[in-house]
Amino acid sequence: MISLIDGSESSLRSFLDNLPGVDKVGAEARAAMLATRSIKTTSKAKAIDLAIRMVDLTTLEGADTPGKVRSLCAKGFRPDPTDPSVPHVGAICVYNDMVEIARRHLDSIGGREIPVAAVSTAFPSGRASMEVKLRDTKDAIDAGAGEIDMVIDRGAFLSGRLGEVFEEIREIKALCGDRAHLKVILETGELATYDNVRKASYLAMLAGADFIKTSTGKVTPAATAPVVLVMLEAVRDFHKLTGRRIGVKPAGGIRTTKDAIKQLVLVNETTGPDWLTPELFRIGASALLNDLLMQRMKMRDGRYSGSNYVTVD
Amino acid sequence: MRLDVMKTYKLYIGGAFPRSESGRSYEIKDKKGNFIANPALASRKDLRDAVVAARSAFNGWSHATAFNRGQILYRIAEMLEGRSSQFVAEITALEGVGEAAARKQVQSAIDLWVWYAGWSDKISASAGGTNPIAGPYYNFTIPEPLGVIGIIAEEKESLLGLTRGLAPVIAAGNTAVLIASESAPLPSITLAEVLATSDLPAGVVNILTGKRSELISWLAGHMEIDGLDISGAQKSLDGEIKRLGSENLKRIHRFNLDVSPTRMLSFMEYKTVWHPIGI
Amino acid sequence: MSTEIFEYAPAPESRAIVNIKSEYGLYINGKWLAPHSKKRFTSINPSNEEVLAKVSLADAVDVDKAVKAARSAYNKVWAKMPPKERAKYLFRIARLLQERAREFAVLEALDNGKPIRETRDVDVPLSAAHFFYHAGWADKLEYAGFGANPKPHGVVGQIIPWNFPLLMLAWKVAPALATGNTVVLKPAETTPLTALLFAEICDQAELPAGVVNIVTGDGTTGAALVNHKDIDKIAFTGSTEVGKLIAKAISDRPVPATLELGGKGANIVFDDAPIDEAVEGIVNGIFFNQGHVCCAGSRLLLQESIVDEFIEKLQSRMAKIRVGDPLDKNTDLGAINSSAQLAKIKEMSESGSKEGAQIWSAPCSLPTKGFWFAPTIFTGVTQAHRIAREEIFGPVLSVLTFRTPQEAMEKANNTPFGLSAGIWTEKGSKILWAANELKAGVIWANTFNKFDAASPFGGYKESGWGREGGRHGLAAYIKGAK
Repeated sequence: MISLIDGSESSLRSFLDNLPGVDKVGAEARAAMLATRSIKTTSKAKAIDLAIRMVDLTTLEGADTPGKVRSLCAKGFRPDPTDPSVPHVGAICVYNDMVEIARRHLDSIGGREIPVAAVSTAFPSGRASMEVKLRDTKDAIDAGAGEIDMVIDRGAFLSGRLGEVFEEIREIKALCGDRAHLKVILETGELATYDNVRKASYLAMLAGADFIKTSTGKVTPAATAPVVLVMLEAVRDFHKLTGRRIGVKPAGGIRTTKDAIKQLVLVNETTGPDWLTPELFRIGASALLNDLLMQRMKMRDGRYSGSNYVTVD
Repeated sequence: MRLDVMKTYKLYIGGAFPRSESGRSYEIKDKKGNFIANPALASRKDLRDAVVAARSAFNGWSHATAFNRGQILYRIAEMLEGRSSQFVAEITALEGVGEAAARKQVQSAIDLWVWYAGWSDKISASAGGTNPIAGPYYNFTIPEPLGVIGIIAEEKESLLGLTRGLAPVIAAGNTAVLIASESAPLPSITLAEVLATSDLPAGVVNILTGKRSELISWLAGHMEIDGLDISGAQKSLDGEIKRLGSENLKRIHRFNLDVSPTRMLSFMEYKTVWHPIGI
Repeated sequence: MSTEIFEYAPAPESRAIVNIKSEYGLYINGKWLAPHSKKRFTSINPSNEEVLAKVSLADAVDVDKAVKAARSAYNKVWAKMPPKERAKYLFRIARLLQERAREFAVLEALDNGKPIRETRDVDVPLSAAHFFYHAGWADKLEYAGFGANPKPHGVVGQIIPWNFPLLMLAWKVAPALATGNTVVLKPAETTPLTALLFAEICDQAELPAGVVNIVTGDGTTGAALVNHKDIDKIAFTGSTEVGKLIAKAISDRPVPATLELGGKGANIVFDDAPIDEAVEGIVNGIFFNQGHVCCAGSRLLLQESIVDEFIEKLQSRMAKIRVGDPLDKNTDLGAINSSAQLAKIKEMSESGSKEGAQIWSAPCSLPTKGFWFAPTIFTGVTQAHRIAREEIFGPVLSVLTFRTPQEAMEKANNTPFGLSAGIWTEKGSKILWAANELKAGVIWANTFNKFDAASPFGGYKESGWGREGGRHGLAAYIKGAK
């Protein structure tokens, strides 16, 4: 096994700078073409259920309360109260100080197997000392978070302090140990170019990310198709180089079933069908779940459903 | 007996039809002295709002493909053709000309929109090109849209005159703040309705009706405006306009009934780019 | 591809939208006439060999009628028409094509065999845009750089190929009409149907009778048109072989001609290329339109230092190409246009193997009826191989390598053709240097197979004479212009 970098910032920089560039026009054209794929009806039903299982049902508002979080948990566990065949979501994603409430509630209603993901490291901006970020993460894991969605320091990345970005991820990963899997949020909207998205993807994977995630959802543009394409290409190539399978999580801007299925097509034709599992692909969303449910109902009942037939969370 | 619903003529700013923030209006009568309408009397603040709208629309409009701009201008011609009779009625009432002359004016205006529609994706091939440098450099010059252009529309031939000014300016990728004919403002607002239904993005064209003696000096002095077409202003005002415009070196032009790509190029800037050639 | 989780639907575009007649006459002077010989031939759907319609075979008598109609229309109507009114006919045609876009897209896919996604997203929109663009020139010719009062030739004879039937019609008819000529057009033998539907557009646009005349037929029809003494100008797109025959045929006549002929385009990938987009570009370069493209990137010139990595990515990507029913919106690669073309592709492919190159085809199941060929690459190809020199006109890529940029240029230019080339590198100065060195009329950098009405297209050397599209393309239809 060839070691890709030797641990020094200069070898990291060298590796990242040697990655092939991304031609914006070409990447966008490829993503746009894949968006025209049409899915078989029988596959669509499976795709909807798969998408539901991939949703990280999220609430990240300043106004979040225990009541809101419990309501979200209930929804994530049993998305459609009238139909027990609907699978539960991939995870519940909340702020740090809501983790304990979420975990307790999920356990109490039978949702023990649904992980709680916590955003951490001074989400969404990432602007705080390393001590605060580590404490942030430790609090979440101690409270029961099985997944940590951290943000990278975009300021450090854009000003060339790649070693710092790398170290932060490495330290958070060490803290997670085997108690939590680590998603690394690149905040692609702030990275501004596809070249940067490719570099940041590799940097995060080299530093130990289990998943690379597009966005905090607080900045637009978020999970556009070309950005997800570039990240999937990086994951595919990283797998070829190292044998490791890293997951991808688009978050932000995926609101309809159509959007979700387009994401699945991107995965299918880039990293391949092995990645079509919640172990390796998640979708950070809130409103999406109801649209998936309505489409599921339409396929089941043969008519368009309405907003009164899906619950608010 | 059936009563017509009378039309209210408001301003056209940012794709919407607001009244003047001053609440003012002025009376328009036909050549026989009959009351026609109370179009808005635009204020300084209305003009300020129009310029803000034009500036924020510039980025999108100047970056649209030339093909797309051409399609929209052609759509304006399509819409105008369909509503000819409304314009003919307004022109005969306000300009004291017969129906035949009015119809000819409207048809000429439509044809002029078509003419400039066809220019938008030709101008850079016509006026741009590569330059032969005495060295290993690739060098090309392209004309680019200037920015926000203030247009003082001709007083007579209200529809055709304003088209002569407006069509080339927006075909070139600029956005516009247009001051309508004071004596015959109605066709300009009816044109605004055509623009609003032609897929023209909001803010690309803004039309103000009112007192030219006020509006012209505010327009000339506004530092956010990049160029002026003063063909419709009285010649005696040229000096004052140019003095006010010199504060930000506006590109100021008076055209003499010209129908020509010069009216586009006068509101464009040439950009020249160099790049070395070599492995 | 996992059939468990994901199957793409056959997402068929309905063919009900287009009304194909069982029989077509010749469109001459605004009317439909029966052919003089009474002979008709069939046009089939190459994806399943189904007969679509019977089409007339025009002979010298019919061609003469068409030329006379074009001449009369020129003298009496078109030459007298004010340019801005001429422009408006072309604008109408453009808008009508946009309105009936789906009909044309479906018909083109049925008659040609190419996928609906391509006809819908490329062929038809480009055709409409071509008319829109040229409409704008009709009344501005004094600004086009050909003098203050440019004049048309008069009656133009135009012969178009089967690979982009509607688009090639637009490339011929739009500039000809915009500059004031009238037209006799001969569509390709295997793909006449969208041209015949275009005649309906001419009627809907109220185009004066005789301005556009459409004479379907075969090689004899084309010859009759080329040899007609009252044609003022000839425009031909097709094979280099036939182009040379035409050049010979007119050598004793003062009739000007423009020719858009074959190519063997070099798609050059440097080691500093944006690799994933370059893979897409190579795939697009040779598999777009089943490789039936004169400017196809049919030779991949790959920098030797990245060969293994690139070929592996290319093969992975090729394995995802969906070959199948052209009317299925998920199809990437459609049918080969005719049994004759399929035979040619097979023959060339066999020569490649025989001459020692290594063949690899994407694993895919091909339909039993119709004409099909899997996307294929040959590695270990050298300039001496037939598959590196001759145009295959199918989904077959020949891969050669180079060590230095200079060697790439040498190999790229080592061909009697000179239509297109592709350059893949992120280094700007290298792009411009290579663009200077390459002897090709169209050079794509970090992209391929891109067309626009405003962009001139045409080749050096045996790839033809003249350009189409853009300001430069007007020259073909203006008397005395270059």
